[in-house]
Amino acid sequence: MPDSGPIAAPIAVAMSGGVDSSTVAALLARQGRAVVGLTMQLWNQRRLPGLVPEGGAVGRCCSLDDVYDARRVAEQIGIPYYVVNFERQFEAAVVKPFVDEYLAGRTPIPCTLCNNYIKFDRFLEMADSVGARTVATGHYARIRFDQAGGRYQLLRPADHSKDQTYFLFGLTQAQLARTVFPLGDLTKSAVRELARSMGLSVADKDDSQEICFVPNGDYAAFLDAYLKETGATPAETRGEIVSADGRTLGRHSGVHHFTVGQRRGLGVAAAEPLYVIATDAQSQRVIVGGADDLLRGRFFARSVNWISIAGLDQPVHAEVKIRNKHAAAPATVQPTEDPGRVEVIFEAPQRAVTPGQGAVFYQGDLVLGGGWIE
Amino acid sequence: MCVQRFYFDHNATTPVAPEVLEAMVSCLGQVYGNASSIHYFGQAAKQKLEAARRQISTLINANPPDLVFTCGGTEADNLAVLGVARAATGSTRHAVTSAIEHPAVLAPCLQLEKEGVAITRVRVGPSGVVEPEDVLKALRADTVLVSVMHVNNELGTVQPIAEIARITRERRIPLHVDGVQALGKIPVDVEALEADLYSISGHKIYAPKGIGALWVRKGTPLAAVAFGGHHERDRRPGTENVPGAVAFGAAAELAARNLAAETARLTALRDHLENAILDRIPDSGINGSPWRRVANTSNVYFDGIDGEALVIALDLRGFSVSTGAACSSGALAPSHVLTAIGLGSGRARASMRFSLGRSNTLEQVDALVEALVASVEHLRRISVHAR
Repeated sequence: MPDSGPIAAPIAVAMSGGVDSSTVAALLARQGRAVVGLTMQLWNQRRLPGLVPEGGAVGRCCSLDDVYDARRVAEQIGIPYYVVNFERQFEAAVVKPFVDEYLAGRTPIPCTLCNNYIKFDRFLEMADSVGARTVATGHYARIRFDQAGGRYQLLRPADHSKDQTYFLFGLTQAQLARTVFPLGDLTKSAVRELARSMGLSVADKDDSQEICFVPNGDYAAFLDAYLKETGATPAETRGEIVSADGRTLGRHSGVHHFTVGQRRGLGVAAAEPLYVIATDAQSQRVIVGGADDLLRGRFFARSVNWISIAGLDQPVHAEVKIRNKHAAAPATVQPTEDPGRVEVIFEAPQRAVTPGQGAVFYQGDLVLGGGWIE
Repeated sequence: MCVQRFYFDHNATTPVAPEVLEAMVSCLGQVYGNASSIHYFGQAAKQKLEAARRQISTLINANPPDLVFTCGGTEADNLAVLGVARAATGSTRHAVTSAIEHPAVLAPCLQLEKEGVAITRVRVGPSGVVEPEDVLKALRADTVLVSVMHVNNELGTVQPIAEIARITRERRIPLHVDGVQALGKIPVDVEALEADLYSISGHKIYAPKGIGALWVRKGTPLAAVAFGGHHERDRRPGTENVPGAVAFGAAAELAARNLAAETARLTALRDHLENAILDRIPDSGINGSPWRRVANTSNVYFDGIDGEALVIALDLRGFSVSTGAACSSGALAPSHVLTAIGLGSGRARASMRFSLGRSNTLEQVDALVEALVASVEHLRRISVHAR
């Protein structure tokens, strides 16, 4: 610890130990900004020991290695650095809802919840606590202030292949006002190049993948281990696998093991490939059908958050993205009587519209807003 | 812009005192023999080692041969807890400790549980002081060890060791005392306490990290925990850390010389700090008994704030304090001690430990109070999450 340091820290950087957030911290420090680095400890990877193969790859999130890397970068660029513990809040705001959604037969996206309730909420409060009004993260997205509309707008990044706006549709104006995304105009390879040129030790570190607290993306194993550890006995969710016309084709071990569009693990022999087209937690049925049965032309989205526009009083044309890897498809977004609910009508039916996932509405690079698929 | 740095975390560790540094450096530079060697260099090292053993023994009124050097407090605690319990025979074994012990005692107790030893963790009330009566009630016919700390690291509360020892002596149950936070803060006399084992650590009394000791009353059965050479009378193998021991010895002498005056000075500073906090910061208060405490430690809650945020805010202003124990990543975990004395999780998370030491002055304490007033006020204003 040096015997002197900045007295105030106008900008707080959320440092995960990865190349993106490390580069953000280094860029801001290089610009002469007073920076304080904070790593959020969100989940204890050793908590569900059965999940992690002996000596094998530990999950991606909040490992001691990541903290080590972040601390090393902070030391390298000479900024104050702290680890803050949000494990309690993360479990309540992200992990429990994630588990509950699965048990209710939906397919949740924890990253959006984490952005809404942890990264751009608790973290902003922590930043404020240490005197930083502005926060910076390594997200690939852009924010600009629209003078005419008097609103902060969210835009896709220059590097569309790294676009993270799908997970940011819940951001409020107050959150956007205090946030900067310094990587929004850069490509991933440019970021790595920058990191290398600044001599950052994490320049060649692998990108994180999947859901950070679920090792190897095996969410079913995570659910089982978590439920066992918390002593929760979920309602019995075993039931029948049925066809769209109601014929019983087999049995399954629990609706939470299935997600719309899934093809593997059905254990039902059929002439054509079978896909999960819906799960019904109430009757504990998994409904399967052919590829065409997965197509849907319209759906409702609830709890809509508008970002780049104030709201919707008439139908608008937009491109709508219904999961992270989905290529946004042209649609009409229509208001309903409930201002927080819209109907989305695709120009062409889309595959696997999955309850619990987000639906994000774009016009070109502009993120109008988004909501949760019903 | 630069800030001055003030250190208010002496229960975590202390800076090496100049006199100690001098003794250690001269030893490092000149006395390099292996204390177990027969030749001149070995004998020179051995002499230094034994002189240090005498210095430390004098501080705690021990017989020097009964003092076993270790690499620190944690090793001393492990050796005591595991060594005594494993040396005990009998078809069933039981040990008693308290809910507010340091992890250096609690973790080996967990290990003993895995080895089939039953453990009772005596609870404490809001005072943070173990009741001897509760220790008595916890005893069983097969109790082979009682381990209670002398001074709690988070609250500074002094435990009634002599009273507990009266109970254990009568029943011939070995009593281990983790004295890491007591040494140098209150007079320690292992004979008067009538304990059987007593753990101490150098870096809490202005010696460097990496040296500690366990005092073991002659005749106390102690199984080996580590295996190697015949050092330390077969109780702790490994080439002796002579420079560390020399530093510890010098620090012990210094502690003995300064204890009375430093206690009076730190008591006044601590009271000044607490009075200013209680006067100027509403909804704050002292955790644990304000009476049965060492002079330097103050554990204070500030309702409605997040202790972690306050630690960071104060650090950015140049003041180093701490909350509970730090976990491996450096993030904070809720304190088991504050939970054990009955604090709700909100208040436990809103608590802060100030531990004063030799370098602290009245001016520093006044500056700390100003920073606290401003930081707590700021944190309470911006906190949108009602706790």
